[in-house]
Amino acid sequence: MTIKNHAYIMGAYEHPTRKAPDKSTAQLHAECARGALADAGLTKDDVDGYFCAGDAPGMGPLSMAEYMDLRLRHMDATDIGGSSYLMLVSHAAQAIAAGKCSVALITLAGRPRSEKPRVPNPMQPEAPWEWPYGIATLNAYALCAQRHMYEYGTTSEQLAWIKVAASHHAQHNPHAMLRDVVTVEEVLASPMVADPLHRMDCCVVSDGGGALIVTSPEVARGLKRPLVSVIGAGESVKHTMGGRVDLTYSAARVSGPIAFAEAGVTQADIQYASIYDSFTITVLMQLEDLGFCEKGQGGRFVADGNLISGVGKLPFNTDGGGLCNNHPANRGGITKIIEAVRQLRGEAHPAVQVPNCSLALAHGTGGLLGTRHGSATLILERQS
Amino acid sequence: MTQRTISAPIMTPETEHFWQAAREGRFLLRRCTACGETHWYPRAICPFCLGETVWEEHAGGGTIYSWTVMRREAVPYAMGYVTLDDGPTMLTDFVGIDLDALKIGMRVKLAWSTAVDGAKVPSFTSA
Repeated sequence: MTIKNHAYIMGAYEHPTRKAPDKSTAQLHAECARGALADAGLTKDDVDGYFCAGDAPGMGPLSMAEYMDLRLRHMDATDIGGSSYLMLVSHAAQAIAAGKCSVALITLAGRPRSEKPRVPNPMQPEAPWEWPYGIATLNAYALCAQRHMYEYGTTSEQLAWIKVAASHHAQHNPHAMLRDVVTVEEVLASPMVADPLHRMDCCVVSDGGGALIVTSPEVARGLKRPLVSVIGAGESVKHTMGGRVDLTYSAARVSGPIAFAEAGVTQADIQYASIYDSFTITVLMQLEDLGFCEKGQGGRFVADGNLISGVGKLPFNTDGGGLCNNHPANRGGITKIIEAVRQLRGEAHPAVQVPNCSLALAHGTGGLLGTRHGSATLILERQS
Repeated sequence: MTQRTISAPIMTPETEHFWQAAREGRFLLRRCTACGETHWYPRAICPFCLGETVWEEHAGGGTIYSWTVMRREAVPYAMGYVTLDDGPTMLTDFVGIDLDALKIGMRVKLAWSTAVDGAKVPSFTSA
């Protein structure tokens, strides 16, 4: 059994806010849901499946279904951090293929700029062995960058090219938090925050959210929006492996090939890629593990503008990504899918639109690359 | 030198013995009675074969696998992974060490730090 061509992304909406002190998190989720339904040309009452992750307030689908008065016959709230939403598209497609629902709503929203962070569960088994050492998101990713440089000779200049490419795209996005085009030199001149990462190697912190509508082929054919088919999906997890730690690769090494095999396409066929960019090193490692270049060659691959639309071979994150545009709820998974959908519909900004874009990849990493993380890959195709 | 505040490690019935031994200056690992492997972080159940495990002492020598320094904190601090001699790789921090001298492959040795509740936490310093 496959999900290929059994489900279509028919609605996509990115909330324009980047700071929402006057809204609740549930409200943001509902505003995103409203936006995605309007985009698809559907109403709330059409929704029979709901999908959310750890950013949803209260008891996930229970609280949000009540808030929006959704009447459901299927739900899923699997949380693998920022990569959850890529996985939830796959789970929605599986549920649709199995006849468990026909209109799936996926929402993400959060307010990391406007509210205190949630206290993590102290009973998670790894907590006593990590928290005393001041582990944070930043240093967990820095450890990967440090090891990558040691193993493969990757340089800060090469990492900086990833931010430079994102900034070239963000200049065209009026909603992006950081719209100034930056140079490699400016990235290297930004303060060192956690060796070897500079401040400009890090994504933004933003309030906001997004939502998607995934439907059955029957529902999709009755709608006016372009058909964006989910043709391949993969998911995996990687961790510290009982102390046999290897920071040189990510779980994309597993999720990527599964997605490519299901889709029946290769890396060379991909015209646009949304790659999770919590940090520049995240992008570099995922590109290698997804097979866009050989392991260890990511630095050379991203250099010299190779990720800039209209310039390089692999246009990425044409909305400016998490590095410049938006990282709502500290989870960039849904915005990765939304920009891929824009590209496939031909609705990206004209300055960054990939001509005749019919095949795109969206990939996410959730959790901490340097300890344990989830990984989810989607391959999407525009169909007529 | 000002020290970073070290949060108290949370005790569980599974790992209480580790922290008791730490107070006596003994650094313990778990070894599986079925497959014979040591692992990190310590678990009653072996992550490699789900066998039963027992405590054993480790001398506390190792090499740095990766490191970073949080430069913009009120008290900058170094943390990273250390691969223990003939043992697993563990997350830890580096204390009493020149933050600009850290290198992958550098030899380090165990140095106990004291958490806010008085618990002894395994850190590492120059060998």
